[in-house]
Amino acid sequence: MDLPVVWFVAVAVLWTGYLVLEGFDFGVGMLVRVLGRREDDRRVMLGAIGPVWDGNEVWLIAAVGAMFAAFPAWYASMFSGFYLPVLAVLLGLIVRGVALEYREKVEDPRWRARCDAGITAGSFLPAFVWGLVFANLVRGLPMVPGPMGVGVVDAGFTDLVDGYALLGGVLTVALFVLHGAVFLTLKTDGPVRHRARTLAVRMAVPVLVLLAGFLGATLYLRETTWTVWAALASVAALALAAGAVHRGREGWAFTATAATVAGLAVVVFGSLFPQLLVSTTDPALTLDVAGAASAPYTLTVMSWVAVVFLPLVIGYQTWSYWVFRKRLVGERVEPAPEPAGRS
Amino acid sequence: MDPLDLARWQFGITTIYHFLFVPLTIGLSVIVAALQTAWVRTGREDYLRATKFFGKLFLINFAMGVVTGIVQEFQFGMNWSAYSTFVGDVFGAPLAMEALVAFFLESTFIGLWIFGWDRLGKRVHLACIWAAAIGSNLSAYFILAANAWMRNPVGFEVDPVTGRARLTDIGAVLGNDQAWSTYLHVVSAAFVIAGLFVVAVSAYKLMRSRWPGRGDAAPHESEHPMFRRTLRAGFLVTAIAGALVAVSGDHQAKLAATYEPMKLAGAEALWETETPAGFSLFAVGDIEGSRNHLNVQVPAVLSFLATGDLGGTVQGINNIQAQYEQMYGPGDYRPNIAVLYWSFRLMMGLGMSGVAVAVLGLWLTRRGRLPDNRWMYRVAIAALPAALTANIFGWVLTEMGRQPWTVHGELLTAASVSPGVSLTEVAISLTAFTALYGVLAVVEFRLLLRYVKAGPGHVMPYLDGPPDPESEHESGPDPGDGPGGDGEPTGAPGRDDRSPVFTY
Ligand code: HDD
Ligand code: HEM
Ligand code: HEM
Repeated sequence: MDLPVVWFVAVAVLWTGYLVLEGFDFGVGMLVRVLGRREDDRRVMLGAIGPVWDGNEVWLIAAVGAMFAAFPAWYASMFSGFYLPVLAVLLGLIVRGVALEYREKVEDPRWRARCDAGITAGSFLPAFVWGLVFANLVRGLPMVPGPMGVGVVDAGFTDLVDGYALLGGVLTVALFVLHGAVFLTLKTDGPVRHRARTLAVRMAVPVLVLLAGFLGATLYLRETTWTVWAALASVAALALAAGAVHRGREGWAFTATAATVAGLAVVVFGSLFPQLLVSTTDPALTLDVAGAASAPYTLTVMSWVAVVFLPLVIGYQTWSYWVFRKRLVGERVEPAPEPAGRS
Repeated sequence: MDPLDLARWQFGITTIYHFLFVPLTIGLSVIVAALQTAWVRTGREDYLRATKFFGKLFLINFAMGVVTGIVQEFQFGMNWSAYSTFVGDVFGAPLAMEALVAFFLESTFIGLWIFGWDRLGKRVHLACIWAAAIGSNLSAYFILAANAWMRNPVGFEVDPVTGRARLTDIGAVLGNDQAWSTYLHVVSAAFVIAGLFVVAVSAYKLMRSRWPGRGDAAPHESEHPMFRRTLRAGFLVTAIAGALVAVSGDHQAKLAATYEPMKLAGAEALWETETPAGFSLFAVGDIEGSRNHLNVQVPAVLSFLATGDLGGTVQGINNIQAQYEQMYGPGDYRPNIAVLYWSFRLMMGLGMSGVAVAVLGLWLTRRGRLPDNRWMYRVAIAALPAALTANIFGWVLTEMGRQPWTVHGELLTAASVSPGVSLTEVAISLTAFTALYGVLAVVEFRLLLRYVKAGPGHVMPYLDGPPDPESEHESGPDPGDGPGGDGEPTGAPGRDDRSPVFTY
């Protein structure tokens, strides 16, 4: 098979892994102040992602590293082209990471409140911006000629933000919140689990509408055939998730929201292929898989590394999820009924 | 100001900042793993306490290393897109390998270690910290191989059609003699720093137990022997690593003489080629006039450093400049001589004085002794910032000495910057990073200090109770770092509204 295509698939797989995994910890991060009414609730929520969020984030680093190695021009044009959005992601990830790790280290309610704000904002920002960025990739951007014959994105704020792109951002935020809520139903017990379930049930239909809208627009923008099936699968998975969470089948519900996120990523990368960055100004500047790829030698080397190490990574990360498989429960939280007001 | 200048400032600031945490992660992960191994082997409680105490400090540092590292991964694309396009084929490979081979290992097993104290068997848990330590030390190799390639580009060709570099031999890139030599130098320097960190913390605790400050609780009696041992261990690590730093540094200078003679000449302010060349102790240079007004030299030492031969020839700046103009066309190929000259001296001077403190310390603490003078403890503590500063100047020497190239002989820095990125954009990011990093530096430093002050009894309470009944401590042993039993290290009794939280 054609190595550049294999590596396009590999990059897509790494991004998909990233969005599925960090998707739920972004969701939990955004919910920490919504569902976590009391300190022990919040600790339960953050404890559920504590052992795994850093490992999840490495999927991003691997995805970006793979883009750099396999499609240097794509890496270069994309991250310089989305300069400020990427900056926002980075600032978000920094604040979030520090807040997650330092929250428990100072026993002071004000400090924890500040960290919780950091976790919320630092989860929201990347969740939103990734949706925006990927929508822009699909839709295309103005480009100008750059060094070494490679097109360079030349987009201002108004080029980056339109209805479709905003829809993309809103969708990823909403979908990740739902994914995170379902994760909490699976991994916690007590009031957090109840509230997460209620929230998930309520959110399911609005998110379904958003998802269908975005996927419809994507299919309309980029005519392709097989991505229709992926889009349908993604929507169907979300419907299944809604049903499963309603019936308390949390394992199935989480599998289904994971599949929804994965389906969305497949549609995005599938719509893009065989292009990588679409120029709306001069079609000659559009970057495609064949033109942006590294030499076959590099790709062969990288393939061997990936073939050996990716299964290993998946193996030990799965093991780590297995080690932390038990539900978390706040110590003072008896199965007592919830205090006033349910969400 | 143009975007190039700001992009350079940004890269320098963010990378140096990242590298403040990196050496501690590299060295301390191994030290903590060794302490835990000692505990598993002997079952002695003070090893466990030391593991948890230094483990906590390690984790506070590690978090900063991770979040600042992510910035680096994106920065090549954001600010140096022309560079990335040119080198990605060669340079991207080690970076991607670093993520796949090392970062996954590091972060997954750190998570398991932090939260796994009561979920995993003793030996499996121990294996987790070793896996993370191996991951950190591996990650350094890949990134340094990438960096070494920029100083000594090998294993590639430039594609005549696209004008982009193309990898032809990954073995040459990973086996680059600059790569392994730099690795030795940087990793041993990291152990100097980690060793001195252990020294500084131990010396501080010993000092404060002998000369208590206001508000200090009396330390538990087991702390004194424990910190005496860690103090000596820190000295030992530093002394051994210090020897390796000097040997590998000597090798680095020889490689620089071969691959980047301009860097070495600049670092010595050696304007004209000399046989033999002396090592400059102090110079007053005239950069415009390309000469020195004053130069105090130790004869022949530079020749030895550069060539291994007291009578060897070392090329001077003016000769190399003339030669480069012939090779690469007209232009100024001289880096900033003053910065290089002083960076070289600060690196060696400050770093080796840190090492000297350790050697002296080993002598002074022999056979159960501990010095009686307070200033000696202060010197031991001060060795840490000195060595950290040396580390920074090492990188300044390496990176600024490579100027005006990003890839030596292949790509100029001026041609590396992102063409599509505006001055405003870089200004925004530079300001944002600098401000955020400034705040985080304060937060992290205060947190470290707090935990050091609170002492090992905080992370693992003494079962026979602390001698001072007033002091703060929560109930039950702390399961590592989980949101399970952490609390405020200092004072603040009375507020105990937190539950030890949850059972898994
Ligand atoms: C000599 C060692 C060294 C050097 C020169 C660099 N780093 Fe680094 N980096 C490490 C050694 C390291 C480490 C020891 O492995 C860290 C530090 C703390 C940590 O968590 O891992 C790390 C963390 C770290 C992370 C976060 C990994 C995670 O989430 O676990 C990224 C993405 C990078 N680095 C990337 C870079 C890039 C792109 C650099 C080039 C400019 C760079 N680092 C310089
Ligand atoms: C962590 C250790 C490092 C430190 C402290 C460091 C420091 C610096 C400094 C101070 C500069 C600015 C030099 C100048 O503009 O005059 C710089 C530039 C640069 N460095 Fe490094 N560096 C480190 C590691 C690396 C690594 C590992 C790479 C590549 C893998 C790298 C690639 C670059 C690039 C591309 C530039 C920008 C171009 C330039 O101005 O030279 N650096 N670095
Ligand atoms: C005898 C003492 C030393 C000598 C002769 C020496 C020599 C060198 C040389 C020649 C370089 C530049 C390498 C290049 O750019 O090609 C360098 C870089 C560096 N040095 Fe040193 N050094 C010494 C001590 C130290 C100490 C004590 C530290 C820190 C504790 C240190 C940390 C560094 C670092 C971090 C770099 C940058 C990475 C690299 O290029 O290796 N050095 N050193």
